[in-house]
Amino acid sequence: MANATGASRPARGSRRHASVGDRTFDILNYVFLTLLMVVTLYPFLNTLAVSLNAASDSIKGGIHLWPRQFSGENYKFVFGEATIYNATLISVLRTVIGTLVTVFASAMVAYTISRQEYVLRKFVTIAFIITMYINGGLIPNYLLIRDLGLINNFWVYILPGVIGVFNLIIIRSFIEQLPESVIESARIDGAGDFRTFINIVFPLCLPVLATVALFTAVYQWNSWFDVFLYNSSNVKLSTLQYELQKILQNSNTTSSAASAFAGSAASSLKVSPVSIRATMTIVAAVPMIIIYPFLQKYFVKGMTVGGVKG
Amino acid sequence: MDNNDVLAAPAPQLGAKPQPGGLKLFMRRLVSQRMLVLMSVPFVIWLFVFKYVPVWGWTIAFQDYQPSLPFKEQAWVGFKHFHALFSEDRFLIALRNTLAMSGINLVLGFVTAVSLALLLNEVRKVAFKRVVQTVSYLPHFISWVVAAGIIQTTLAPEGIVNELLKAFGAIEAGQEYLFLGKAEWFWGIFGASSVWKDVGWNTIVYLAAISAIDPAQYEAAEMDGAGRLRRMWYITLPGIKPVIIVLLIMNIGYLLESGFEPQYLLGNGMNVDYSENIDIFVLKYGLQQFNFPLATAAGMFKTVVSFILLFSANHIAKRLGQDRLF
Repeated sequence: MANATGASRPARGSRRHASVGDRTFDILNYVFLTLLMVVTLYPFLNTLAVSLNAASDSIKGGIHLWPRQFSGENYKFVFGEATIYNATLISVLRTVIGTLVTVFASAMVAYTISRQEYVLRKFVTIAFIITMYINGGLIPNYLLIRDLGLINNFWVYILPGVIGVFNLIIIRSFIEQLPESVIESARIDGAGDFRTFINIVFPLCLPVLATVALFTAVYQWNSWFDVFLYNSSNVKLSTLQYELQKILQNSNTTSSAASAFAGSAASSLKVSPVSIRATMTIVAAVPMIIIYPFLQKYFVKGMTVGGVKG
Repeated sequence: MDNNDVLAAPAPQLGAKPQPGGLKLFMRRLVSQRMLVLMSVPFVIWLFVFKYVPVWGWTIAFQDYQPSLPFKEQAWVGFKHFHALFSEDRFLIALRNTLAMSGINLVLGFVTAVSLALLLNEVRKVAFKRVVQTVSYLPHFISWVVAAGIIQTTLAPEGIVNELLKAFGAIEAGQEYLFLGKAEWFWGIFGASSVWKDVGWNTIVYLAAISAIDPAQYEAAEMDGAGRLRRMWYITLPGIKPVIIVLLIMNIGYLLESGFEPQYLLGNGMNVDYSENIDIFVLKYGLQQFNFPLATAAGMFKTVVSFILLFSANHIAKRLGQDRLF
């Protein structure tokens, strides 16, 4: 938007006056922004290069943007581990199931609190809003999850986070902007609230639901703390992010007990902890890196709709 | 399915005093709106279990909690654990670190995001601007675990930062810094990491606000001979001032929320005195040393202070005539 107006600004007259200053500014600006891109991207590309470089060579250091001694050994090692294979599956499962459940449930509740005639509208809305200000905190939450029998249970990834208040509010605002006539005509045709929601409102909400789905998917894919807290004693329920966290912890504290996986990496000749760390980092990051450029407009929409106004 | 007649009458507001007979009317409405009730009430029950029941857990902070005993037999000790908390050195250090790091984040986050938004707004080549924006969002989409892995690699003795320092002659070979081992540098590393991860993302709101500024203002200023810097200073910046103020106030509400993941993932035994914040304190004392009452008291202190800050922040934002965030 802003640059469109910039381009249409008259290019004559006063422009020539300030041209030296303006041009200097432009050059410095372009240089600075290019530098910013380098600083942002370099660490990623460097990690990628290390992951594709032979481990025995990486130890010497000096790997920058390109592998010096190209090798696929690190990836072969990582995906040869049953743990990582299984962790990838769990990461995908929690992302898919968590996103579907969150989108459906948030949209449904948002629909009910968008109905002005609903007698419990205020009650439900306020009950949700209060939870933005107050939470029990780590220990009471942990005790609750334990008492519910959700320790060492896949559903601990899904159930505690079904509906986020932020999602609820942006979907409700979206529904309230829909023309009331659409919903009324469905009712005249005899559709009840659930049918109106499924057949009419849900499809119309797809743009905002895409935003919610993407925020949720990123959150689910990137989560590791709930794995650490609730499921760390069951390796079958581990995720990619948590496996990576164990490796980081390992290289941090050098207590090799933290991760049997990293330990076995150290004992193997072809790979090293440093190259495994880089490889796992890439594996855990790549799905998000691939999808975000295509989907960023939905994220941006969600930020500007939800961020400025509630 | 349900009746259409719910649309016919204006809905009574819940919370308004039910008049004589109001309860009956309320019940009748509830029955006629049973589908809406079915669609929402199960999630209110979910909300109650997962969000409200843990608040009841705060009682632990006032007990000498024994996990094996039922609630009725727990010994109540009043504010004993809160006294213990505030005479505990580790907690005071954690409190200092929390405030310092969220303060750094607040100031640094704002200054960098606003500056970057201003600079991006001055770029006239649309394609270049798009590329910079897309690249700058990238670190926002990776987890803190991945980010911590990347930061550890970058700051390692053989990492790029040490290599650059050597290339510029700031240090000799063999004098490489162990950045994450220098406790007093942790706040700076934390601040820089947070900026790296989120500065691009944080510009979105400001760029949206900038696009709402009337272009006629720029033209008028240009006629008056104002250069780029002056236009940024006298038009763009005042144009987004309301957004800056609202976000600033709202963020003050989150002053005790300095984050958990970066400190936990980048923290280690050498920098613990500067990296341990309240959240990590709670984790350590609660789930590693099983001192549930003390950890719950610390968590409760955080929530209550945050609640007061957030409410005042909301109130101030409203008084200033801006939209509340929520």
